Amino acid sequence: MSDEKRPIGTSGTPGRGNRSTSPSAAARALGGAQPVKRPVTKVKKATPPPAKAAPAKTTAKKPPPAKKAATKKAATKKAAPQAPPRLRAVTDEDAAAAAAAAAEEAARRTRTAGAAPLSAGIPLDEIVVAIVQAAQRVLGTDWEARIATLLATIRRRLDGDYEIDEFGFDPQITEVFTAAIEPLAEKWFRLEVRGIENIPAEGGALLVANHSGTVPIDGLITGYAVKKYANRNLRPLGADLVFSLPFVGQIARKVGATLACTEDAERLLTTGELAGVWPEGFKGIGKPFAERYKLQRFGRGGFVSSAMRAQVPIVPVSIVGAEEIYPLVGNVPSLARLLGLPYLPITPFFPLLGPLGMIPLPSKWIIEFGEPIRTDAYEPESADDPMLLFNVTDQVRETIQQTLYGLLVERGNAFF
Amino acid sequence: MGRVVLVTGVASTFASRFAHRLAHLGDDSGIDRVVGIDTILPTGDLDGVKFVRADVRTPVVGKVIAVEDVDTVVHLDVGPPTRGRSSAAKELNVIGTMQLLAACQRSSTVGKFVLGSSTAVYGTSPRDPAMFTESLLARGGVRSGFPKDIVEVESYVRGFSRRRPDVIITTLRGAQILHPDIETPIHRYFTNPVLPTAMGFDPRLQFLHLDDALNVLAEAVLHDRPGTFNVAGDGVVTLSQAARRLGRPIVPLLPIGFAVASRRMIRTMGSDISPDLHRLLQYGRVVDTSALRDIFGYDLNWTSQETFEEFRATVKPGILATLGGRTS
Repeated sequence: MSDEKRPIGTSGTPGRGNRSTSPSAAARALGGAQPVKRPVTKVKKATPPPAKAAPAKTTAKKPPPAKKAATKKAATKKAAPQAPPRLRAVTDEDAAAAAAAAAEEAARRTRTAGAAPLSAGIPLDEIVVAIVQAAQRVLGTDWEARIATLLATIRRRLDGDYEIDEFGFDPQITEVFTAAIEPLAEKWFRLEVRGIENIPAEGGALLVANHSGTVPIDGLITGYAVKKYANRNLRPLGADLVFSLPFVGQIARKVGATLACTEDAERLLTTGELAGVWPEGFKGIGKPFAERYKLQRFGRGGFVSSAMRAQVPIVPVSIVGAEEIYPLVGNVPSLARLLGLPYLPITPFFPLLGPLGMIPLPSKWIIEFGEPIRTDAYEPESADDPMLLFNVTDQVRETIQQTLYGLLVERGNAFF
Repeated sequence: MGRVVLVTGVASTFASRFAHRLAHLGDDSGIDRVVGIDTILPTGDLDGVKFVRADVRTPVVGKVIAVEDVDTVVHLDVGPPTRGRSSAAKELNVIGTMQLLAACQRSSTVGKFVLGSSTAVYGTSPRDPAMFTESLLARGGVRSGFPKDIVEVESYVRGFSRRRPDVIITTLRGAQILHPDIETPIHRYFTNPVLPTAMGFDPRLQFLHLDDALNVLAEAVLHDRPGTFNVAGDGVVTLSQAARRLGRPIVPLLPIGFAVASRRMIRTMGSDISPDLHRLLQYGRVVDTSALRDIFGYDLNWTSQETFEEFRATVKPGILATLGGRTS
């Protein structure tokens, strides 16, 4: 009784331990019968391979030093016939099995005898098997080939041995990027894609979409949808602000974006690429939440003239859902001008919750690729006819606006 | 009677190689004599080239043209300053071109003018289109330094072409040559043990192979190819890719103050960075060479990648070269 009332660590009853120099009895029991000392010899005895451990059975109380195991072959042969309880004829296989059993028992004993945790861990072969099974589960049955390919790709990347096109488009980076966006698009935004058959399987086309959402995430998701469902690379045309920002511009170029100017658009379209353009620009993404799904002016119709010169179809794209990800309720024009930005957004969460406010709200998305508007009926020279350009621009704009209204009705609630 | 070609700036390795090559083209080329002019003695092999030590910034050059009966002028004395401040280079580039053009305008013998210009005339800025064709103008980055000089030089040459419409004028806008023997700003940059870059930017670069550069210039001298043409290896190499190929680590510096920081860093390593290179290292520049192929009629033999690969084989591998398993 009185012993128990002593404060801990004042060297009470034997076996209690004082926490600094000697461990308690419980700690000693955990560690094994012997005091935890001389770890070097423990490790040595702990690591004999199974065949080496065979003699250990004969001298089970005191495990042999490593030198004794040098005569392992002879010892194994000798030890196996000696084993008293075995009465049947001893073959080589039996000897091996006995050796293995002896090894295991020795290993178990050393484990219980408080050997270093190195030997007590999971055996190496089991780890290997586990790794192989995990690889098979993750990568499929041809995991060896796939890992080899992956390693070779990483090596080539580190070596700089890869090709990019003149725009800076890097197909390998784009694939990784697409895979990274997939959960965001499919799980978070619950993306629904319609009319994917309207994207031509080959040849150039100009995708024209509405722009919204404060941060141009709709461009990323559209690129993902085109890559995933139509298996084509979308080459977005971005504002020059994108390319003057560090990191953003670099990544944009690598995933295939380029500057929204007539030269680049025509170069992409004439070489049979799929270009994407958001003609509303900053007016579209920076509009207040109250004006959601109201299309702004469609630029100056430059995209129509580019498509006409290249004689490629225009595919109107209606994106529903991007408006709700960051509801723009306010703007700080003076600060934005100071920072050289087109607007500085205030959302219900953004400056308030700091970085948490940058998480987009999980709205439901629908992207509909509309029926292509052909431009090859017009002469390439008619790209210089402003009245025709305005008409076609209005046609594209009206198509997208009407589709948006229809999709909004079908979607119902924005979040559930 | 054969032709007489005047090559300016022959003290530089590239111009002296070109002069040497012109002089050894043989008799069927119709070139009788090659005259080289520069203010300092050339170090290269100028066998067969008549060297005149004169300053293109003085009216002496007019006398040289008159005395030698020069009918073709190849102006290669325009180039980015390799070190130090750019005021001396500006003097040479702009004033030299003015004096040379004045002399050509007076001369009755000159019938062809070839300008070895640079793609720096397009400047570098984030508002650049992906590829520059010859008809596009710079959108930024030509307000100072060598890009400004080269824009002025080209405008003087255009003025000359208005005043002397009978003279055939070829302007060749070349990318930077990447060759172990030719000293260009980008070559010097890549020989640094570590490469300072602007954080968050990965510029697309183009290089020109020495053979292609010499061939295109010789073609312009031997045949009549009036116009302006971009000359650069097809394809692009990004700076990060180039650094990985060389096995040299890159050191990202803040984009604000990148010019000062990179210069200080490279000087610490015992080398020097040319002024104006920092803009190229931030935004890069790519030109379209289809006019050279379709109108000029020359197919480039080397892409930018191949040019870079040949260059890489000649320099010492960097400390990260073993990372990708490359042995040589």
